[in-house]
Amino acid sequence: MSDEHDNRPLDGGGPPAGSAEPEDGADAKGFSRRAFLKGAGVTVSAGAIITEGLLGAASATPKPTVAGPGPVPITLKINGKAVPLEVEPRVTLLDALRDHLDITGAKKVCDRAVCGSCTVLLNGKAAYACAVLAIDAQNYEITTIEGLAAEGQLSPVSAAFVEHDAQQCGFCTPGFVVAVTAFLKRHPKPTYEEVTGGLGGNLCRCGTYMGVREATLDAAKRLSAGRA
Amino acid sequence: MADYHWPPAEKRSLIGKSFNRLDGPVKSSGRAKYAYDVNRPGLLCGKMVFSPHAHAKVKSIDTNAAEKMPGVRAVLVMFEPGKEVRWAGQEIVALAAETEEQARDAARAVKIEYEVLPHLVSDTTPDKAGTGRTEAGSEAKEGDPEGAMKAAEVTIEGTYGAGVITHCCLESHGQATEWEGENLTMWASTQNVTGVADGMSKALSIPASNVRILTPYMGGGFGSKFGADPWGPACAQLSKKAGRPVKMMLERDQELMEAGARPSIYAKVKAGAKKDGTLVAWDSESWGTSGPQSGGNPPVPYVMRAPNRRTKHTAVLTNIGPGRAWRAPNHPQSCVITMSALDDLAAAIPMDPLDFFLKNIEFTGERGKYYHEELLKAAEMIEWKKKWHPRGTRTEGHIQHGLGLSIHTWGGGGHQSNANCTIHPDGSVEITIASQDLGTGTRTIIALVAGETFGLPLSAITVNIGDSHYPPSGASGGSTTVGGVSSSTRRAATNALNELFAKVAPALNAKPEDLEAVAGKVRVASDPGRAITWSQACAKLGATPISAAGQRRIAPPEDLISSGVGGAQMAEVSVDTETGVVRIEQMVAAQDCGLVLNTKTAESQVFGALIMGVTYALYEEKLMDEQTGRCLNADMEFYKLAGLADIGKFRVHMMTGPGYDERGVIGLGEPPVVSPGAAISNAVANAIGVRVPTIPITPAKVLAALEGAPAAGRA
Repeated sequence: MSDEHDNRPLDGGGPPAGSAEPEDGADAKGFSRRAFLKGAGVTVSAGAIITEGLLGAASATPKPTVAGPGPVPITLKINGKAVPLEVEPRVTLLDALRDHLDITGAKKVCDRAVCGSCTVLLNGKAAYACAVLAIDAQNYEITTIEGLAAEGQLSPVSAAFVEHDAQQCGFCTPGFVVAVTAFLKRHPKPTYEEVTGGLGGNLCRCGTYMGVREATLDAAKRLSAGRA
Repeated sequence: MADYHWPPAEKRSLIGKSFNRLDGPVKSSGRAKYAYDVNRPGLLCGKMVFSPHAHAKVKSIDTNAAEKMPGVRAVLVMFEPGKEVRWAGQEIVALAAETEEQARDAARAVKIEYEVLPHLVSDTTPDKAGTGRTEAGSEAKEGDPEGAMKAAEVTIEGTYGAGVITHCCLESHGQATEWEGENLTMWASTQNVTGVADGMSKALSIPASNVRILTPYMGGGFGSKFGADPWGPACAQLSKKAGRPVKMMLERDQELMEAGARPSIYAKVKAGAKKDGTLVAWDSESWGTSGPQSGGNPPVPYVMRAPNRRTKHTAVLTNIGPGRAWRAPNHPQSCVITMSALDDLAAAIPMDPLDFFLKNIEFTGERGKYYHEELLKAAEMIEWKKKWHPRGTRTEGHIQHGLGLSIHTWGGGGHQSNANCTIHPDGSVEITIASQDLGTGTRTIIALVAGETFGLPLSAITVNIGDSHYPPSGASGGSTTVGGVSSSTRRAATNALNELFAKVAPALNAKPEDLEAVAGKVRVASDPGRAITWSQACAKLGATPISAAGQRRIAPPEDLISSGVGGAQMAEVSVDTETGVVRIEQMVAAQDCGLVLNTKTAESQVFGALIMGVTYALYEEKLMDEQTGRCLNADMEFYKLAGLADIGKFRVHMMTGPGYDERGVIGLGEPPVVSPGAAISNAVANAIGVRVPTIPITPAKVLAALEGAPAAGRA
């Protein structure tokens, strides 16, 4: 199932460290997803990717400078708008969104790339915003849950979540909606099994997975009807 | 006297149907603002410094360096030097700074000296505790347990139990506070806006009328968010000191260390039966820990009350952090102990546990009829008679399948609640209650009851909740909210409607008591053609809205709601005997809760409970390090929640209709979370032929059980 998961690092220039790790076949047994060794592996590979990303950025910039430790001016492209702000280099994309820009749809829960409540899109791919530094997110098109539909309107995925009651307390819901949105871009006609395996990067405590599964399958239909 | 009864089945327009939750759109579009999302002008970030030691005397606290750190605006010592901390994670100092990063830096600069004292974090045996570490619980005897056990033709002995788990609310505990003069506004993540206002008022010695608690949305509580907690008043004091609003949410590690734990309960059990399957005797000595205090006496034996029984409970007082009410307090643990032992007894006879439970159903008491129906319904759903095999009859290969069952109960009677109903001259309607929606669908239920009363759709009703300035209502705990708010809403709406009828009766040339509100019209019941629209009726109010109150009091009993539910659940699992991994194939649930208001959110409660049940049955446990006394998995990598790939296929059947609906509305949030641990444990035993004594059923425990040895380290 691993190749079916959408939350993964891109090759070069893709989302950096925060990208969620896909499930692998062993996850079908239900316990290896958070296995320690694999967790360590994620750290290593994510580190490699972030280095690659920085080198890529460096080669395009004539004079790389050392940023920080105090606040530095940066510009983030959020939901189609360039947003200037000043943050310390250690500030995560999630904290920049929530605390500096009052964009609070992405939630802070585990704060270490496990639960997916902070999921945003970086260049269209799902990523954990709690594990991406804001300064590293400057060259990406950042899409938050707020960017999926205008205020007062619902994206097809959000609408399917409402219809299938894929939410209770709702704290994991925005992250799930963004993850499903990214997942359906890669899997426009997912099977039940693909949905089950492909959304393992998000966790819910109230137990809304039944609704999430149904909503994802239904949203795929809504989206394909929209394209037709 | 107004007639508040629920309408008969044929006259219900909304009750029992399926509706999307009203706050679904705002939540699924990320626009819902939780306490954690509050950003106020000038907001500071609060952080707490907590004890790294499980048991220690605080010798000194030095905040001088922290106060001088960049961005720090207020520092508050929360813990008196000289006193003892009793768990790792107990808060000592709170501070507020301009940014989260500055607050973290400052927290690291606080210097606290401790005198480390001996700790106890192991709960696996009661005798390990030593002097002063145990507290005697209840001891009870009924019938002749010794004699009945001797006379029993089949007996079993075993140790069963459930380890400590946490609440792990996705929105951690915390709040934002802001003062305006002497008035405090607090955005809190709470299950209890009314009670937290009282708690803040007492803690800060300010009039309750000066306190306003706002909880429009909250990210999970499960029984852990009833009080102001130490961090509520601390946050308000930081705000006062700094003259700025402060938001202080617990970080994940502190959340898992101290903001909620379900007590462990273990028991040594003997049980006896006749060869024909009649249960005759029960004997159990149980123990468990809820941290520094007793977690109460477990209701063992659970539901199935053997006629001759002896029970004894001992609380082990430990330094693991304080227990809190966890969704159906003490029931899931008592259920896993009881149903595992009874399942082992049935296997020893040998007898199909379904037949064993049905044969002994009289011991469940007055709800036996419901359990009987629910067991048969669940059996039909999972094809029990076709799939079940006797324990120990293993098939070829390393994947073994098994079935298990369990039954459970809960109260769920409505809490006290006051509602206010306003009918505006333009026809719009508001219901206002100081309740809160935990994600159970409370908002939607309130609109549904008002809509049913007025003959209007849900969309016509505005529901105002989550504000302690509204008419007071109970805490959302014990599955009491749906009963409380449905009763107070029905009464307020009926009272308001009767006032409206009095205003419009002359226009319809009728008496007020002859009118009814149906399908958007006010009409004469005996002559439906004589009608005006809802808008026309409300226009007759002129410029003055109707405002009417409704109250649900605890006593006397009423017929809108009642208490006491049952449910049966069955699980089908597969177990890999080479790796010890348990996989849930499917679970079915048959659940009653009286009159179901919104079928969609009711089913969601049961589905959610099954999933939470899979999590505590297989994955989650608060693991303590005996050397350091600290929680080993105070993070979400190692405090494991089930993911989408970890659950099986679930089906839910709500028991409704004649025989159920007449009982009125009863709470549902808790009961369905009680049985999954027991049903899954029994299914695993059925699959592999031996009992894994305690939950969570980890692969290591499965392999140990298969080898006939206890798993290393844990009970």
